[in-house]
Amino acid sequence: MSTIARTLPVQTGKPGKPGKRHYGTHIFLTVMAAMWLIPLGWSLYTALRPKADTDKYGYFSFGGSFNFENFVQAWNQGGFSKYFLNSVLITVPAVLLTLLFASMMAFAVSRVSWKFNITLLIMFTAGNLLPPQVLAAPLFEMFKHVALPYSFSDSGNLLNTYIGVIAVDTAFQIGFCTFVLSNYMKALSADLTEAALVDGAGIWRQYWNIILPLCRPALAALGTLEVIFIYNDFFWPLLFIQSGDRLPITTAINNLQGQFLSNYNLIAAGAIITLIPTLIIYLVLQRQFVAGLTLGSSKG
Amino acid sequence: MSTTAEKPASPNSGPPAGGAHRGAASATVAGAGKTRTKSRRVRRLSRRDKFVLGVMVGLPTLIQLLFVWLPTLFSIALSFTRWNGLDLADIKPAGTDNYEFISQNYPPFWPAIQHNVLWLAFLALIATPLGLLLAVLLDQKIRGSKIYQSIFFTPVMLSLALIGIIWQLFYNRDSGLLNYLLGTAGTPQAVDWFGDSNVNIWAAMIAATWRHAGYVMILYLAGLKGVDPTLREAASIDGANAFQTFFRVVFPAMRPVNIVIVVITIIESLRAFDIVYVINRGTNGLELLSALVIQNLIGEGQVIGVGSALAVVLLVVSLVPIVFYLIRTFGKEKEA
Repeated sequence: MSTIARTLPVQTGKPGKPGKRHYGTHIFLTVMAAMWLIPLGWSLYTALRPKADTDKYGYFSFGGSFNFENFVQAWNQGGFSKYFLNSVLITVPAVLLTLLFASMMAFAVSRVSWKFNITLLIMFTAGNLLPPQVLAAPLFEMFKHVALPYSFSDSGNLLNTYIGVIAVDTAFQIGFCTFVLSNYMKALSADLTEAALVDGAGIWRQYWNIILPLCRPALAALGTLEVIFIYNDFFWPLLFIQSGDRLPITTAINNLQGQFLSNYNLIAAGAIITLIPTLIIYLVLQRQFVAGLTLGSSKG
Repeated sequence: MSTTAEKPASPNSGPPAGGAHRGAASATVAGAGKTRTKSRRVRRLSRRDKFVLGVMVGLPTLIQLLFVWLPTLFSIALSFTRWNGLDLADIKPAGTDNYEFISQNYPPFWPAIQHNVLWLAFLALIATPLGLLLAVLLDQKIRGSKIYQSIFFTPVMLSLALIGIIWQLFYNRDSGLLNYLLGTAGTPQAVDWFGDSNVNIWAAMIAATWRHAGYVMILYLAGLKGVDPTLREAASIDGANAFQTFFRVVFPAMRPVNIVIVVITIIESLRAFDIVYVINRGTNGLELLSALVIQNLIGEGQVIGVGSALAVVLLVVSLVPIVFYLIRTFGKEKEA
């Protein structure tokens, strides 16, 4: 798996047939690329135009001016700074916990031999593939019936808290990360930990000081991927968080649609603002992100 | 639950192989390159190591059982009950009433099944092959390949909820771009793509394709890179043309990726929820099983028994691809 996982799917540069014409391919790809860009391009165009101009000239016009007024207005009226903070408060702990637990689990199933290795790995992998809606009702009721002090949670239970969302996001993503990391750890040489063992290193040192540092590329790839997965998660906050101002941005954007009603310029600006963090993560950590996506797929 | 606490203790009973490369026991069978490890059972795990290992296995397992598997079992149990969700004492057994209700007296159920099947067919027959085609074209040595890749890949970074909103701007009846391009904007012929129950499922599936094809493309690009180039050479020496080489040699060689893509396509179509919920909460032509589950759990009358019965139907259908994938992935290891 490692060869596939570590290399980016860029141009393979097959020994070329130089001079071979690819006109047909280029035309097809250009048309497809244009179709791919239209929805985003149109959103950006709409977002950059003042509402007054679209009212005056119509949405499909070239007249008028362009500015960032809609972004400012969406940010201020929509409460985006609040929603972004909520997203961070959910995403960061959830990703860190997922990676910690998954790496521990992966270490145990891939570097130590015992009876339930495969059984546990199957349980974790299968868990990640379930549709979330299957667990929705019991989780909702469980959270509702867990009594918490009101000083800790204003609902008196786990509903409407970040913790509920973090717990479920973590539990749901551990499976995928365990699967990927255990494959990665299996591929590491056995000698590494054996040498340490002879030197008297315990299980924790083998895990924390030897295996985990070697997994850095996989952890970086999974970390990037999980940040985007959990930032993009719409369903769990929708289910568990009742007060609107506690929603993360991806779920809150749905309410903004109602709030801005038919001001499509503002909705477009809100949509663009929401996708900016993922765009930045992608541009900065492109290699890791794509590697993360393909890490899980190359074993079978 | 009690089993969770005991599980960490199990390594004690297993073969003493602290730190040995995956399974000293299996190495004897698997052979090839791993035989070295079996002689290296350096020592038994110390007490402290057993404890540490217990925590390392126990904590994630507990989380997984508590938040994933126990709720799944509860869903099954709740589907045979009548409950308003208030007091635990109010739970009444209902036999198979909920299942009879959804299959006979619940109008959205069969349309939802049809829509789920349609969604799967659309992703499988259009979105996935399109992703494969893009991957094959971009795998050639052509100019601007990376730019094309980035363009097709962009939607994969977005949530399906956001995709619903972005396409709303494109599909909108009066201010959307599509009706303008079709020349129907502002006329009575203008179609409300997301609002008209005859067409909105198609509109939503196209929006979902926008994302799915990019995802498939990137996985296949990775798969194509992993195919041994000598295979292609051998095929061309044998006189195979491009199509034969691809379908008889390259495509079969990508079997692991193919399996993943089949599973992803099925699972994504069963999970589809965000986009239809953002459009109109999964009503008016966009009924999907996942959305029906949620409609029965939150919102007006909570009918937990009915919602759970729908969830169990979804679970049973999902188990088919999940089990297929697990057998493909872990089958060999289990034998070893």
